[in-house]
Amino acid sequence: MAFASDAPKDGFRLSMLIYDTRYRSYTIQIVVLVLFAMAVAWLLNNTAQNLAARGKEFNFDFLWQRAGYDIGQQLIPYSNDDTHFRALLVGLVNTLVVAFWGCVFATILGVIIGVLRLSNNWLIGRLMTVYVEVFRNVPLLLWILLSYVILSETTPQPRDFRVTDEMIAAGEEPKASMILFDTVAVTNRGTNIPAPLFDRSLGSIQIGFLPVSLNLLAFIAVIIASVWANRRLLAHAKAVQEATGDRPVTWWKSLLILFGPVIALKFALGLHLEIPELKGFNFQGGILVAHSFTALLIALSLYTAAFIAEIVRAGILAISRGQTEAAFALGLRPNRTMSLIILPQALRVIIPPLISQYLNLTKNTSLGIAVSYLDLRGTLGGITLNQTGRELECMLLMMLIYLSISLIISALMNLYNRTVQLKAR
Amino acid sequence: MSETHAQTVTYVRDSMLPPAPPPVGERGAVKWLRENLFSSPLNIALTVLGVLIVWWLVSASLPWWLNSVWNASSLGQCREIVAASAGEGATGACWAMVRERWHQFIFGFYPPSEWWRPVLAFGLLFAALAPVLFAGQKRNLTLILGGVLAYLVVTLYLAGAPGVAFALSLLLVAGLLVVAQVAPGRLLWFTLIFPALCFWLLWGGSIWSPIVAMAGFGVLYAVFRFGSPFIGLAPAAGAGVVAAALWWLYIDHAIADRLQAALPFAIEAVRSDLFGGFLLAIVIGVTGIAFSLPIGILLALGRQSDMLIVKTLSVGFIEFIRGVPLITLLFTASLLLQYFLPPGTNFDIILRVIILVTFFAAAYLAEVIRGGLAALPRGQYEAADALGLDYWRAQRLIILPQALKISIPSIVSTFIGLFKDTTLVAFVGLMDPLKGVTQIVRADINWKGIYWEPYIFVGAIFFVICFGMSRYSMYLERKLKTDHR
Amino acid sequence: MKKSVFFGAFAATALVSGMALAGTLDDVKARGELICGSNTGLTGFGAPDASGNWTGFDVDLCRAIAAVVLGDATKVKFLPTTGETRFTALQSGEVDVLVRNSTWTYSRDTELALDFVAVNYYDGQGFMVKKDLGVSSAKELDGATVCIQTGTTTELNLADFFKQNNISYQPVTVQDDSEAQRQYLAGACDAYTTDASGLAASRATMPDAENHIILPEIISKEPLGPVVRHGDSQWADVVRWTYYALLIAEEKGITSANVNEVAASSTDEEVKRLLGVSGDMGAKLGIGNDAFKNAIAAVGNYGEIFARNIGEGTTINLARGLNALWTQGGLQYAPPFR
Repeated sequence: MAFASDAPKDGFRLSMLIYDTRYRSYTIQIVVLVLFAMAVAWLLNNTAQNLAARGKEFNFDFLWQRAGYDIGQQLIPYSNDDTHFRALLVGLVNTLVVAFWGCVFATILGVIIGVLRLSNNWLIGRLMTVYVEVFRNVPLLLWILLSYVILSETTPQPRDFRVTDEMIAAGEEPKASMILFDTVAVTNRGTNIPAPLFDRSLGSIQIGFLPVSLNLLAFIAVIIASVWANRRLLAHAKAVQEATGDRPVTWWKSLLILFGPVIALKFALGLHLEIPELKGFNFQGGILVAHSFTALLIALSLYTAAFIAEIVRAGILAISRGQTEAAFALGLRPNRTMSLIILPQALRVIIPPLISQYLNLTKNTSLGIAVSYLDLRGTLGGITLNQTGRELECMLLMMLIYLSISLIISALMNLYNRTVQLKAR
Repeated sequence: MSETHAQTVTYVRDSMLPPAPPPVGERGAVKWLRENLFSSPLNIALTVLGVLIVWWLVSASLPWWLNSVWNASSLGQCREIVAASAGEGATGACWAMVRERWHQFIFGFYPPSEWWRPVLAFGLLFAALAPVLFAGQKRNLTLILGGVLAYLVVTLYLAGAPGVAFALSLLLVAGLLVVAQVAPGRLLWFTLIFPALCFWLLWGGSIWSPIVAMAGFGVLYAVFRFGSPFIGLAPAAGAGVVAAALWWLYIDHAIADRLQAALPFAIEAVRSDLFGGFLLAIVIGVTGIAFSLPIGILLALGRQSDMLIVKTLSVGFIEFIRGVPLITLLFTASLLLQYFLPPGTNFDIILRVIILVTFFAAAYLAEVIRGGLAALPRGQYEAADALGLDYWRAQRLIILPQALKISIPSIVSTFIGLFKDTTLVAFVGLMDPLKGVTQIVRADINWKGIYWEPYIFVGAIFFVICFGMSRYSMYLERKLKTDHR
Repeated sequence: MKKSVFFGAFAATALVSGMALAGTLDDVKARGELICGSNTGLTGFGAPDASGNWTGFDVDLCRAIAAVVLGDATKVKFLPTTGETRFTALQSGEVDVLVRNSTWTYSRDTELALDFVAVNYYDGQGFMVKKDLGVSSAKELDGATVCIQTGTTTELNLADFFKQNNISYQPVTVQDDSEAQRQYLAGACDAYTTDASGLAASRATMPDAENHIILPEIISKEPLGPVVRHGDSQWADVVRWTYYALLIAEEKGITSANVNEVAASSTDEEVKRLLGVSGDMGAKLGIGNDAFKNAIAAVGNYGEIFARNIGEGTTINLARGLNALWTQGGLQYAPPFR
């Protein structure tokens, strides 16, 4: 709290550095800066000495050496001949994927639970309270370990899916069968889901280190174009309505515009689903989602959903009762009241704490260590660190990456927050 | 009126009918059910869904709970007992493991003959917290201290504390009770010496080393007190810190050793690698929060400061710590700290973990306290300025007491989060209750393959502690709200 | 470490506890306690029991070293380390010696600035599968799911093996032995790979051991042994010769039961030197003359340690195999004690 005082008339004295509020803040800052610089120098000096004592050097060359280990879940192509850097990227993508889906599921679940907790259904309200309290007050690590154990202990083995000739002869059913119209197989090793395949693939292009599928890009482009065209159509319809008073019939045009090009593209590229099939030891074909991923995702979503539910509930409760009553007075039904009046206002209260929950979830993905999910920590901070013995480089790089992710997320979310918040007038 | 009726109407009721009971659908259980469970199609669906979930959970796990085995010496034996009593293929919980190994989940490898020490320290923790939470409220203080006294009588007896220790600790708490009646303000002194006492109880050794180490703070204060009239507040504080550091570095050990030689008084030293289970979780959690509070306050003030450099450094520190996962900080404690300290430096992994956890908690507390500072009406700052108070006096007398009071519920939540996060220390080889102890239990051939029971046991304890604290924080929030808004 | 540093600025600690890394032997003597990096819990090799006493094959070697240096096998502090923290703990001086079934490899010996001083267990990486899988060779494991512990050399060996044989596999990485075993038993992986000793130990403790087989292929050499910091040859010698002393003791038939008797009556010059009856062999290493005698008296000879912790007759039930003495067709061979 600098406050103005009468400036002494006489000239500068040394003691003024301490007693004069005009100079004191500079004195303090310089002292702090010098202390900080000394501390940094001390740390750097120690680090240099320690590195020298161990005959190690500080550089990142090891990132370009052959990694030599395999990663179970790889969303970008990787083999054990690739470099440690590529293993890092695979890990980073794994981290981001679990964080993204975790945020999505946690938000959906959290909003549902938060709203249901306020429901006037006694049983559901109590159940949701129990859910929230149980999940909030037990360490996340336990949920991760538990969901992993549950997934691998209660699901059938791949061999239980096998249908042998004797079984057909005896008219027996296999012990387990695939779900969702025989497209998804949940075994105790993971979940096999169908993979999209293209008969006439466009191939892929290399952007930096990442190959990007042109098929995917084509689909995204077509969908964006359709949505844009549809909006134009609706805008046109509205203009016609305002000019003439008659709204042209648009629903079939909308449907055509929205779905026609996508379906055309599907046939053009020959998209079909590759259904997993039991061959040899395992299901082959399709995409294998390992249980370490699923368990981590489930635990993170359930745990964070409990916190989000509380945030949502608090947000809804923060909206004054008058708003609901006014909405009812206008003749809105309860669910319309919720979606049109309460939630938009509650959103302003909800968003800031929600951001910090997203950040927490992202950071908590590092707990994948408990189920050996090879995320950024598992590759760069785990196996690479262990095989190369470069703990200083690996740890610093890993912290830097996590820090960047956190900062990017909070920057994006704050941007969004600004668009939602009430504009101060 | 009634006369006219008497002529025109053939029948007039001349007494009130007793009120008829509401229709069946509008009363008692049926009404409650209809209103609370089946008020609309959606609600009916939800209720059915809820009942199904509950039914599924209960039917899936009930046999397992009912077939629990409490007396067995190995998992194999457990399974035999379950198979014998409930038939082949039945599943059952094997709580015999908890019965045999519970002490490792609570105390780790802490020597059984010394269990009374952590138990006593835990009780005294509440006695030390009470003066902070209920400053000067005689009734609450008496209540808490009485509770501590009762707790100690029971637990110390169960833990088999030696007679002298038993008597001394009860005497100490009784003394505190008396002080609470006579001069409740003085109880803060106990809070101040508690860290040293707690340290001595847990780690043992000579009583002189904590006393002499605490004397370092005395040196700090003395230098500050006598120096400030001559060289001003800030330089005196700096000189005090330097003097205290010198005391700890060079004089501390010599004096402690001499005193121990002259007046030997020591209890059995317990090495920190014997700490484990909930003892470890509580030690890390409580010291982390306690040490991080002052750092957090400084960081929060730094972040609010007008001084650019101070502000930048504070923001940088806070955002860095909050931006990386705790687990990377723990790995830093285990792998990197030795790079940053002078060559040959080496100290306990528990101490290193506590240091990093303190930094971690400090960054989060700084944000919590910043929230408290921001919630304070601007007028308070202006009033302090108007009174002519300087920065530190204004903070100490006006701003912080109010800001901290607002932040207490959030501080408790931060502590709950930190306490849950202490389970992560397993990944640097410490014996946390959840993974570390479970792992060594499972390394025992007798208990190889036991999964659900340890998780459920540890989870239940965590739930009780965290749920209790979160309820308490809600209670505080409600209580504090009334006089503030 | 003095405990009072808990109070001070931790700069204090930095200076107080700073000790030269060069003379580990002197450090250990001054401290009066050996700090031994151990497993976080591996059945038979190193795990604490219900009362917190560490037991196991690796643990006994630590106790022997303590007996040699300090004359008391109980003056050991075991510091559990994970696969990821073990070498750093040693490098930083947090532990004096690492006895934690660590594989001796070229890059660990050179790049990590560590010295492997002996091989106390010759191991190799193998596979365990369920009998009803119908597999008799690891080469038939094409497309199989394999459970594997992270932070070890096994993951590299596994990748190499499957690549050489041009077959594919799906790795399931797990954190520790007990987790791997759970996954394997639940059928979450077709095969479990780790050191053959670990496989045998796991198999022995399974309720239906007869339904599991260990495949004949041993895909790697896994010489496991104690590790010390690079550049402290005196300490390396102490650890190395403690281990050899235990081997020689077995060769000469000296056991913990008869060690005093043998010392008094033996006419074998090598035995007399080993047990400190003649010569001053201990002084050359900076330890007591009867140091090795203490070690043998405390934990027994190599054969006894093996038999007590992991040998046939224990639940783990490992045969000596490669770890038999050279005189009995194994690889365990100690240089002459003179």
